[in-house]
Amino acid sequence: MQSLQKRLEGLDALLEARLFDVPVSLQPIPGEVPVVQVVIGGREELPIFITASPDQILCICYLWRDAEIRPEKRLELLELMLDLNPAIPLSSFGRVEGCHVLFGALSANARREAIADDIVALSDNALDALEALAEYLN
Amino acid sequence: MSVIGKIATLIKGSARELGESIVDANGVRIYEQEIRDAHEAITKAKTDLTGVMAKEMQSAREIERARAEIARLENLALEALEKSKEDLAEEVAAKVAEQEAELEKQTQLHADYALHANRLKDLIKASEARIREHEREVQMAKTTESVYKATQTISESIGSSGSKLMSAKESLERIKKRHEDQADRMTASEALDKEFGTKALEAKLAAAGIGDDAQRKAKVMERIRARAAADKA
Repeated sequence: MQSLQKRLEGLDALLEARLFDVPVSLQPIPGEVPVVQVVIGGREELPIFITASPDQILCICYLWRDAEIRPEKRLELLELMLDLNPAIPLSSFGRVEGCHVLFGALSANARREAIADDIVALSDNALDALEALAEYLN
Repeated sequence: MSVIGKIATLIKGSARELGESIVDANGVRIYEQEIRDAHEAITKAKTDLTGVMAKEMQSAREIERARAEIARLENLALEALEKSKEDLAEEVAAKVAEQEAELEKQTQLHADYALHANRLKDLIKASEARIREHEREVQMAKTTESVYKATQTISESIGSSGSKLMSAKESLERIKKRHEDQADRMTASEALDKEFGTKALEAKLAAAGIGDDAQRKAKVMERIRARAAADKA
């Protein structure tokens, strides 16, 4: 399989074109498995992480930690997220190591354009979800 | 247990366990070996199946041939009887009996080959299902492992940059604030543009001798001349 970085070459320019010249930076993160961080200008607090396994490409955006959820609203929030999942275009809620995330999964053979579409949707969805669900957080 | 069921059990354990058990390299190797074995079994079964099906078709042809031969011989025997050649008819009847034995044998063989072919087809189907299951298992184990390791890397990176020490609400506030600032800046620059636009237009009008500015000097001169005239008078 091609290296993730190689596969993502030019993705920043594609994203910038889609976001009407908002600056986008791609930053590989050293580690055992390939991870590339995408930072979109104006949304620096919500970076997107792209990672690849042999079968899929995952784009992940970290939303909030378990501990940030208002305890009395927890069940309601979790159910709401399940209900929302099918309605949110391209992205789904999930949880990794106590962090709630929004993610998009693509085939390992996905083209750069599809990855760019997914990232734009993910970034918009993440910001939207934060705004909509902030009332459930401390 | 289903693959998702296994992963669910591991997740209910601990994250560490998830990282370690699912990545059990030995288990993955065993599955991969089983997948290779199943592929080999399928290849062999498919070759066998081709052979058995060829024999099945061959026996079907033999059956047809024997039936045709029996019909032909019986007609000959009938003709011999009609011509009162009993001996000849007996001789032909013996041939018919031989062909009947052959027909029986081929019919039995044909049924055996058909049964064998069906068994091989079932075997291939089962092996292919097993391969799919194992491949899915290996695939999910590898995906889970990869995601686990990636999130470890991301957590470490976030931890070291300190960016996610901020709460989600703080992040949201900052992004919103930035957007508002940007919107304010845009409003301001629009107002500025407008102002500059108006001034530029006025300057152009004045240069063309149109508007208040252009007339001012002329009006002043007119006033002074009027006063001078009044003083003289």
